[in-house]
Amino acid sequence: MNEPAAVVAPKPHVAHEAHHEELGFWRQYVFSTDHKVIGIQYGITGLLFLFFGFSLMMLMRWQLAYPGSALPLLGALFGETRMPGGTMLPDFYNELGAMHGTIMVFLGVVPLAVGGFGNFVLPLQIGAQDMAFPRLNMASYWFFFLGGVTMLGSFFVPGGAAQSGWTSYSPLANIAGTGQTWWLVGMIFLITSSLLGAVNFITTTIQLRAPGLTFMRFPFFVWAQFVTSFLLLLAFPPLEAAGIMQLMDRVAGTSFFLPSGLVVSGQALEVAGGGNPLLWQHLFWFLAHPEVYVLILPALGIVAEIIANNTRKPLWGYRSMVYAVVFLGFMSFIVWAHHMFMTGMGTTMAAFFQTTTMIISIPSVVILTALIISLWGGSIRFNTPMLFALGFLPMFGIGGLTGLPLGFNISDIPLHDTYYVIGHFHYVVAPGTIFALFAGIYYWFPKATGRTMNETLGKIHFAGSFVCMNVIFMPMFLLGLAGVSRRLFDGGASYDFAQPVLQLNVVSSWGAWILAIVQIPFIFNFFWSIWRGEKVGDNPWEATTIEWAAPSPPPHGNFSAAPEAYRGPYEYSVPGAAKDFSPQYEA
Amino acid sequence: MAAMTSDHAADIDRHVRVYITVFVALMVLTIITVAVSYLDLSVPVAVTLALLVATIKGSLVACYFMHLISEKKLIYAVLVLTVVFFVALLALPAVTHSSGYWIDE
Amino acid sequence: MDIPYTVEVRRDTGLTNGKIGIWLFLASEVMLFGALFASYILIRVGAPSWPRGDTILNVPLATFNTIVLITSSVTMVMAWASLMRGRFGTFRIYMGATVLLGFVFLVVKYFEYSHKFHDGLFPGTSNFLAIYFTLTGLHMLHVVGGMAVNAWLWGPGAKLWKKNPVWFTNRVENSGLFWHFVDLVWIFLFPILYLL
Repeated sequence: MNEPAAVVAPKPHVAHEAHHEELGFWRQYVFSTDHKVIGIQYGITGLLFLFFGFSLMMLMRWQLAYPGSALPLLGALFGETRMPGGTMLPDFYNELGAMHGTIMVFLGVVPLAVGGFGNFVLPLQIGAQDMAFPRLNMASYWFFFLGGVTMLGSFFVPGGAAQSGWTSYSPLANIAGTGQTWWLVGMIFLITSSLLGAVNFITTTIQLRAPGLTFMRFPFFVWAQFVTSFLLLLAFPPLEAAGIMQLMDRVAGTSFFLPSGLVVSGQALEVAGGGNPLLWQHLFWFLAHPEVYVLILPALGIVAEIIANNTRKPLWGYRSMVYAVVFLGFMSFIVWAHHMFMTGMGTTMAAFFQTTTMIISIPSVVILTALIISLWGGSIRFNTPMLFALGFLPMFGIGGLTGLPLGFNISDIPLHDTYYVIGHFHYVVAPGTIFALFAGIYYWFPKATGRTMNETLGKIHFAGSFVCMNVIFMPMFLLGLAGVSRRLFDGGASYDFAQPVLQLNVVSSWGAWILAIVQIPFIFNFFWSIWRGEKVGDNPWEATTIEWAAPSPPPHGNFSAAPEAYRGPYEYSVPGAAKDFSPQYEA
Repeated sequence: MAAMTSDHAADIDRHVRVYITVFVALMVLTIITVAVSYLDLSVPVAVTLALLVATIKGSLVACYFMHLISEKKLIYAVLVLTVVFFVALLALPAVTHSSGYWIDE
Repeated sequence: MDIPYTVEVRRDTGLTNGKIGIWLFLASEVMLFGALFASYILIRVGAPSWPRGDTILNVPLATFNTIVLITSSVTMVMAWASLMRGRFGTFRIYMGATVLLGFVFLVVKYFEYSHKFHDGLFPGTSNFLAIYFTLTGLHMLHVVGGMAVNAWLWGPGAKLWKKNPVWFTNRVENSGLFWHFVDLVWIFLFPILYLL
């Protein structure tokens, strides 16, 4: 009879370098269960998708700047069905628009911010050897990859990729071409990836943190990823449900989102009817609002780390930042219908969502204010990560402030679905989150490679990007206030009222194209530094958090001796200390 | 599962007795819910009754088969959070679409 | 590499990684099925008329299936209890029964569905049928998934019992949690779709 054996105490975990069997190339670099490899996989794939999504937009910006004119040279590449004679067709514009949004959000920013940075940094920062579920982690990446392949593949199906906006509103999305079905399938893969990742992150953070690392000693980055994971875990499933229902509508002829009496191209649709397009909107936005916090929270986490490190001071208001981010996560679930003010909702519902929306602005302001005050009295080092982190602050500020009129239904009426909205959210995500992600790349590059990136090229990258981002997005507020709707394939050119502001489209477009050029020093710097960057030690930034205790790059298992946390995460310039930083992991 | 203590065999025996009891209860409740459906009740009453019985059955499964009655605080915390958002998901669209709140309904 | 708290619990949480992981996953499943239930409410409340479940669906068959699933839940928890008592042979019997009962559930669903199709009742025919097929279809996929894991634990996965019985017992418990959840969803689906 086999009695379950008594459980022995866990042995102290050390990096098993010595007896580590030689894994083949595929197991070590492609199908790895090591969180660092997976993090880099997510990072590189995410960056590629980011660049691809950006390219889609650059193409769109030609049409917006010079509506109806043929794109020289490149235009011929897209064939007669999309760009006959080099001139963009409206359907192709919609395809680009829908896929730009989808790719940037789901294949670019989130995989990079959560899959990339979360995976690479989180276990190191809490002193763990790896994630709680390494194989699940690998599965998570491959689901993401599958989703990406599906999304890319959809460009090649008859009728092209999804073209009903990244929001895929019914009934338009119901009657759209095959590409929309691929979009739905792709989303199911991506949602699965995120759910598995969220389970991993939450379990790892709670269970595998080092001795002495209490929750209130977590680096803010850890809190940010922790809350983000709950958002992914609980908000994505309703979109998955909606996706399944839209798939059923498209493939099995159901009418979840199709109202009765719908007429398409002069013919009544032969479906049961009785469905509700608003149901799609509710379920979509139930995810998509928390999703925007998924986009920003990791960025706030990265910026917090870099600011503390480069001011040589503890973060101001750490405790309030923690309470704020947790409160923010909670509130993010009950604001979603502020995306639906124009659907005819009654005053009670509108009042509810306006109230929750105004309340949710408070924690964001708390966090931003704390970060800004953290600069006061600091010994600021203006290295590249810090420049991007500093640049993030006013950009996020503009993004946040411009959101306020959108949160009140009365001021949302003229602004909804205009370029004002596009300006608002791009400020938060583009010179907001993406700057934070750049900052993170420059900051943690030495940990991942043992080398630093070149500072001069970094500063050029920063300066150019900062200027270009503002050139692109600031005019959009003016465009929107003038009444120009988003998703117009000619940028408003066919409307009389838009004529005075059309020139702004040209400005934004040139900003975008120059922004692309300014990324070249970054791309070059990134790859060149992997092999030729200046070699540095384990803690070149003289930082306090646990990831800097590991060798650069960390081996499988991360730490040669299991770390322990002895103090808070930002003990910089402690009076009486020998150095201007007291690492969390030093006794 | 925690370290096995010497009296765990008796523990399990007690658990098994509970499982059998719950099984019988679930069977009875299933029969009740089906039987009730044959009564000619108004929709609101039928719905309330059906959901009540289902909730009892579900609670039995959750508390005893899934050991929720003796789970750790962390699990309770996660589930409470989930229930809150579940209610938001269920309540808000339903309230929104009951007559009077949406102009087009 | 040995990930800590895979087998033994962490003292301050009192939990293993797997236990937390499966409950987190179940939380997400609550939101998934919750969204579908919310959709059901919305569609039904907004519909001019809605048929009673028993006028279209086969209540006796579904009642039988309910009993099947509840029984499988008992055999599942008994499988785990057997491992806790160190009785691997008994575990095999109970786990086998669980998988078998799951299979019976699927067979009954097959007959239900094909009968509907035979009568010209498809998901697209009405909103009632749309939500019926979608909810039970998704539930069915979860039954299949749970069965696959249980079958693996019954078969090749059982090798772990010899090497690390506690770890294996934990896996069975966590798989059981998923299986109970699948039963729990059905406990709500059955009256809502079939009896109301």
